[in-house]
Amino acid sequence: MKHTISVLVENKPGVLARIATLFAARGYNIDSLAVGETDDPTTSRMTIVVRGDEKILEQVEKQLNKLVDVIKLNDFMNVDHIERDLVLIKVKADKNTRNEILQIVDIFRAKIIDVSANAVIVEMTGDEDKIQALVNMLKPFGVKEMARTGIIAMARGG
Amino acid sequence: MLKTGSEIFVECLLKENVKILFGIPGGAVLPIFDKIYEAREKIRFVLTRHEQGAGHMADGYARSTGDVGVCIATSGPGATNLTTALATAYMDSIPVVAFTGQVATHLIGNDAFQEADTTGITRPVTKHNFLVKDVKELARTIREAFYIAKTGRPGPVLVDIPVDVQRAICEFSYPEEIEIRSYKPVYTGHIGQIKKAAELINSSKQPLLYVGGGIISSNASPELLKLAEKIHTPVTTTLLAIGSFPPEHPLNLSMPGMHGNYAANLAFQNCDLIIAIGARFDDRVTGKLSAFAPKAKGGIIHIDIDPTSISKNVSVDIPAVGDAKNVIIELLKHLKKKNNKEWLKKIADWQKTNPFSYKKDNKLRPQYVIDKISEITKGEAIVVTEVGQNQMWAAQFYKAKYPRHFLSSGGLGTMGYGFPAAIGAKIANPQKTVIDIAGDGSIQMNIQELATAVLNNVNVKIVILNNAHLGMVRQWQELFYKRRYSAVCLTKPNGCLPEDASAKRPALMVPDFVKLAESYGAVGLRITKKEEVENTLVKALKIDKVVMMDFIVEEEENVLPMVPAGKALDEIITSLA
Repeated sequence: MKHTISVLVENKPGVLARIATLFAARGYNIDSLAVGETDDPTTSRMTIVVRGDEKILEQVEKQLNKLVDVIKLNDFMNVDHIERDLVLIKVKADKNTRNEILQIVDIFRAKIIDVSANAVIVEMTGDEDKIQALVNMLKPFGVKEMARTGIIAMARGG
Repeated sequence: MLKTGSEIFVECLLKENVKILFGIPGGAVLPIFDKIYEAREKIRFVLTRHEQGAGHMADGYARSTGDVGVCIATSGPGATNLTTALATAYMDSIPVVAFTGQVATHLIGNDAFQEADTTGITRPVTKHNFLVKDVKELARTIREAFYIAKTGRPGPVLVDIPVDVQRAICEFSYPEEIEIRSYKPVYTGHIGQIKKAAELINSSKQPLLYVGGGIISSNASPELLKLAEKIHTPVTTTLLAIGSFPPEHPLNLSMPGMHGNYAANLAFQNCDLIIAIGARFDDRVTGKLSAFAPKAKGGIIHIDIDPTSISKNVSVDIPAVGDAKNVIIELLKHLKKKNNKEWLKKIADWQKTNPFSYKKDNKLRPQYVIDKISEITKGEAIVVTEVGQNQMWAAQFYKAKYPRHFLSSGGLGTMGYGFPAAIGAKIANPQKTVIDIAGDGSIQMNIQELATAVLNNVNVKIVILNNAHLGMVRQWQELFYKRRYSAVCLTKPNGCLPEDASAKRPALMVPDFVKLAESYGAVGLRITKKEEVENTLVKALKIDKVVMMDFIVEEEENVLPMVPAGKALDEIITSLA
């Protein structure tokens, strides 16, 4: 099962390593991990997406909660929440294909943020499915490079 | 008042009431050692011969007193040498604070001389660790380190201090109150859970108390005794809980598991309720998990201060997170007095059929030596063990009367632990007899600490059960690898040949432990006959010096009973006839 785990941690050196170590020590691959400061500069929020055995994940979450640097942990598994991922895609584009690409970008409400003679860079924010759909549409033109931030998530409501 | 980092270090240790510090100096901790020299009237510094020794001494000090043990090493190799001791303390939840020097902050990450990523290396083997990059953070960090080490589930904490931070100057103030927003150990159990547990206990027919090191760290022995007697329930104590329940008490089922008591293992397999307290269902205790405690379905209560211990190995029906002592006190209020006469009768029968035993012939058997130690000291000595056969025989035959009187590396199983830990325990308890029970393999892993013991007049007694082998591995090779003794003979490079079994070993032995002890200024004694055991022990205990006793015991003696790895607890081998 896919879990999106949001971890509020102390904003200190070594904290990321401590958290990553807990997954690595159990042979777990992290699908994505996004970290950034929160409104309080002494804390950071990490959003970790991980797949795996429920029993082991439960243990990892308990272990994470036990870490001295972890302030709060939420697993969004059964929580109504919003997920967002930012992607930059560099696509081959010349004067013959540029228009078609622009149309696709428009439909997805994405943005062209750089244009050159033979490529454009597309920026889009969305959940995983939307990003995958855009990538699928752009692939035939030739994707030269792609970078993603990894998912960040937040529960809906107050 | 303005102070240097090193002065702050010493002030903090004094505030934390640290009286003993174990360690070795080096380039990156020189400023601190200069201040240790100044404070020598207030803090005793014990110079060890290896940082691992220093770490285990701090551990032995902590286990035998309940206070935090403290050690210090320099950067790089000093710090890496500490890691085994930290891992040992971590696995057994022992409060230790370790300090390491680090290269100057501007050199960190540059592969400087004697640099190692100490916080990185020790991260998986400490409860928490810190790198102090600003002298203004030092006092608070040391305060937090001690607080984290001794609260909640105790454990080792490391503080890495760069050499320039040791020299830097700032205003010193020691935070009296400590508040870590992300660290809030829970001490009282949930009352609803405790009541549910009480109901289950009240209605059980064949309950079993299974207690671990948590009973010792929360000083809950008196409460455990009350609980066991009130609900008339047998108590099985893990390796780390030996001494937490009176050894001669009729409800004492001694140690369970791989080399545990036959009756204790059968009790697990037949009980309808397990009341686990401060024990973590280690694989050496449970045997094959899927076959563990088949009749206790719906009947597992687990009391532990660490929520991660609950349902980790065995799925638990009623968890109660809290300090063992507090939870037992609360639990007692809701329990009815019980009588489990029939259940205890069954257990008594198992006890009678297969008690811990060995052949009572004229040969010098290791178990006999432990039996005699137990008898002569009346179980009142602090016994520290190494790891292997010696450890299991000590656990089976030494009847420790009090908590904190049987110290052993359980979780990590660290060979070389016993002797330095014994030194730490003796320094903490100078009036008590402290005995290290060792094998000829284990003792050689930290034998250099003889110098530390002798020069500091730390009068510990070392009992070497010398069987010329890495005995436990030899036993496994005998039982599961057709006696193909691969790399277990300690007297010859190509193994001890079968025809050598009867050879006169002392001539072949390396080292000659008697001469070795003498070369360090200790007393060395060799015992080759059963009838010499008692007199030698009595004599050795009276000598006011370090005494190393080399008992030449039967080479192929095995630790029994034994549950082979991967087997269920009732597939226990009680004899090899």
